[in-house]
Order: sequence, then C-alpha cells, then structure tokens
Amino acid sequence: MDWIPVILSLKIAGLSLGIVLLVGIPIAFLMARRDFIGKSIVESLLTLPLVMPPVVTGFILLYLIGRRGLIGTFLYEQFGIQLIFTSGAAVLAAATVAFPLMYQSAKAAFLSVDRKMEEVARTLNANEIKIFVTVTLPAAFPGIISGVVLAFARALGEFGATAMIAGNIPGKTQTIPIAIFFAAESNEIAKAGLYALIISLVTFGLIYGVNHWLKQQT
Amino acid sequence: MRRIIINLWLVTLILMVSNLVGLSIDAAPKVELNISAAASLTDALVKIGKTYESKHQNIKLNFNFGSSGSLQAQIENGAPVDVFISASEKEMDRLESKKLLRQGTRTNLLKNQLVLIVSVGSKNKIKSFEDLVSDAVQRIALGASESVPAGQYAYQCLSKLGIWARVTQKVIYGTNVRAVLTYVESGNVDAGIVYFSDTVVSDKVKIVAVAAPDWHQPIIYPVAIIATTKKYQEAQRFLKALQADESKRVFEEYGFKVAW
Repeated sequence: MDWIPVILSLKIAGLSLGIVLLVGIPIAFLMARRDFIGKSIVESLLTLPLVMPPVVTGFILLYLIGRRGLIGTFLYEQFGIQLIFTSGAAVLAAATVAFPLMYQSAKAAFLSVDRKMEEVARTLNANEIKIFVTVTLPAAFPGIISGVVLAFARALGEFGATAMIAGNIPGKTQTIPIAIFFAAESNEIAKAGLYALIISLVTFGLIYGVNHWLKQQT
Repeated sequence: MRRIIINLWLVTLILMVSNLVGLSIDAAPKVELNISAAASLTDALVKIGKTYESKHQNIKLNFNFGSSGSLQAQIENGAPVDVFISASEKEMDRLESKKLLRQGTRTNLLKNQLVLIVSVGSKNKIKSFEDLVSDAVQRIALGASESVPAGQYAYQCLSKLGIWARVTQKVIYGTNVRAVLTYVESGNVDAGIVYFSDTVVSDKVKIVAVAAPDWHQPIIYPVAIIATTKKYQEAQRFLKALQADESKRVFEEYGFKVAW
C-alpha cells in the first residue's frame, strides 16, 4: 500500500482550502453587504466553477497557465516560474473548483447575521474591524465551518481540472483520484478499490462530522 | 397553463417515439465492427477505415483509440470489441492467456521505433537520451508505464542507459502516447519519448534522437479477433484488408513499418 497519494491529497486539499478561505471570506462578506453595478454577473462568475464541468475549468486553466498561455508566459518570463504540471497547479485546480462552496456558505452565513447586533456594537464606538472580528464572524461561524468542510471535501476529490493542468506525477501531483484513474486504466482493481474506499470514508466522515457538529450548535 | 404542459408532454412523447422508430430503421442494414486500437494508430487507421467503408457499404467501423493497457482492461471487463490492435505484445499475451482471443487469428501487424522529441520552438540543447539528466531539462513526458506501451519501452530504454534513477523525478505520465505528444507540442514539458510514427503527424515537434533497437523490446503491434465477437467473418475480412498492399502504403506514409 502506497500512502504517498493519500498524504499528497491531504496536503493539496489543505493548501487550496487556505487559499479559498483567504479569498472567499472577504469576497463573501463584500457580496453580502455591498451593492454595485453588475453584481449579479460577478455573483454568477463566482459560482460558475460549481456547475461547470471540471474538465472545462481545467481546459480554461490549461490555456491560461500553460507555458505559452497568457498567465503562463508572464510568470515564466518575469519570474522564471512554470506552474503547469506542478503541485502548485494541483492546488490551483482544487482551489478553483472548491471556491464556490466556501463562498456560497460564507455569504449565506453573513446574510443571516442580525444587523442590529452590529449596530449595537457601532453605538458602543467599536471600529468596523473590531465589529467584524467580535460580532459578525462569530455569528457566521457555523456557516463558515460547513463551507470549510464542503470545500475541503471537494478539493480532496478533484479530478478533471487537476488531470488537465497538473498531470500524473507520482509524489508531486498524483492525488488519490488521479491514482484511482490510472490504476483502473491499467486494471489494477485492488489498488483502485482501496483508494476509492479511503476517499469515500474520509469524505463521509467529514460530512457526517460537520452535520453532527452543526446540530450541536443549535 | 395546464394545456401548455399537456401539449409539451405530447410533443416530447411524439419526438421520443419517432426517434426510437427512426433508430431501428436506420440500424438494420449496416454491420458495425468495433475496433479497439492503440492511440498511436489513430491517423493511419482512420484513413484506412474511410477507404474500407467506402468499399464495403454494409460495414460501419467504430474505432476506440486509447492506451493499449486500458483497452486490454476494457476487453477483460467485457467491452463489446471485435478486433484489437495493441502497441505491444504484453497486452495481447495477457488476453491470450485468458482465452479472450479467437484462436489462430493473432498476427503481427506493424513495427515502430522509439524517438526522443522536443517542441519545435524549444531552446533546449537536448541532443541525446543521455542529455535528459541535465539540469536544463525539468520535465519529461512519458506514457504511464503500466498501461501505455510507449511508456514501457521508454522505461526500458532509460534503464538500459542507466539514467532512469536520475530522471524519475522529472517524469510526467500521459494517459496514452498521443497525450505525451501533446504535452511536448504545447511546450509544457521539455522533452518526451514517443514513437517515430507519432512525429509524422505533428509539425510542432522535432526528433532529436532515435533509440537503438537493443535498448528496448522490439516494438511490435499485434492484431487479433476477440473471442466473443459475433461478427467473425466481417472481422476476418477487415483483418485481411489491413494486410493488403493498399493499407501497407498508408501505414508507411504514417511512419510505421509493416511486420508481415
């Protein structure tokens, strides 16, 4: 039993979750609180990777970050960085497809926060950052946690976009789903089955865990 | 509103029924042959297939191109395949040992060579297989060795040259040999190992070295009829056509050598 794809999957999903959190929470907060022209278009774009086939996401990313792609050329010529077929590309693919789950959960959570609580804090002369950290964020916390779990589970299972832009490199980009695909392709049923079992158990555990925790919160 | 829904429902029903009838009428006269073939054969077989279909109006050829290993796995799992052309003897041996080949139909069809390629615009100074160890080469595309014969031959080559351990960190595995070709064409990898025949169909890659024949097992493409076929006669006729002079010309045009 080769545990490297399992460890690699956890690392890649973990890193992409970090990115999704850092980018997703502020954007979700802005989208929940601000109105601007073209908001519904932005809204649709942010949710798009959720419904778009992952291979299409991968295809678009391939032509953006490929060695001769728009961003790929820039990165290579300015910084000597090649993103395509690296662990970084796997993180990017996982983060892109997981983002809408984090964003949607966090936005719904921010929308459900009672604005009167924030008003009260404001009358007590708290500044906006303090209000966000001490009032809004704690109230939205359960929603954010469920977003975290969903995004992590989605990142863990990402295959289509990952296969296109990160390829199959054992120890670098060969995550569990990629390993399953190649094992099944070469008729190594036991190996594919074992990895499938592991990822099923982990994702089930995650979803069960968060549901259980959410129930306890109410 | 209710009327609209009922009308929509009726239209859908009529469309579905007429489609089903249409399908059954259309399917009657043609015999479909399912041919699973190694990805490297794509262009040559499509061309041969077109000529064959125009000469045999009652036959429709369905090609399924992929890595020989995954095609073999599909056949083992009961895929309805009539003819199989593999890019290596290993897959055919395995099907034969499982009694999945029709006895006496297996023959060697083609031979090929293994080459090292870089993209046309590449600034890398790769001149030989040995150069793959240099730091200038960051990424090398090979076929996944368990299921892609080109990957197995490449592994044998690099092992024979004693550089496998030093390049293994740079390897990106493609799902079939054409995926390896694409990786090199797009410039996303520095070099790749494919068949000579693959380079014939691409003007975006150039050959920098050819593997010596004793670095790897001979590259033989065997063909056979699958035991479960219900179209044995049609399959046999197609097999014969593959070994006719007209097919030979097409195969050679695409960089293969014939093995019969």
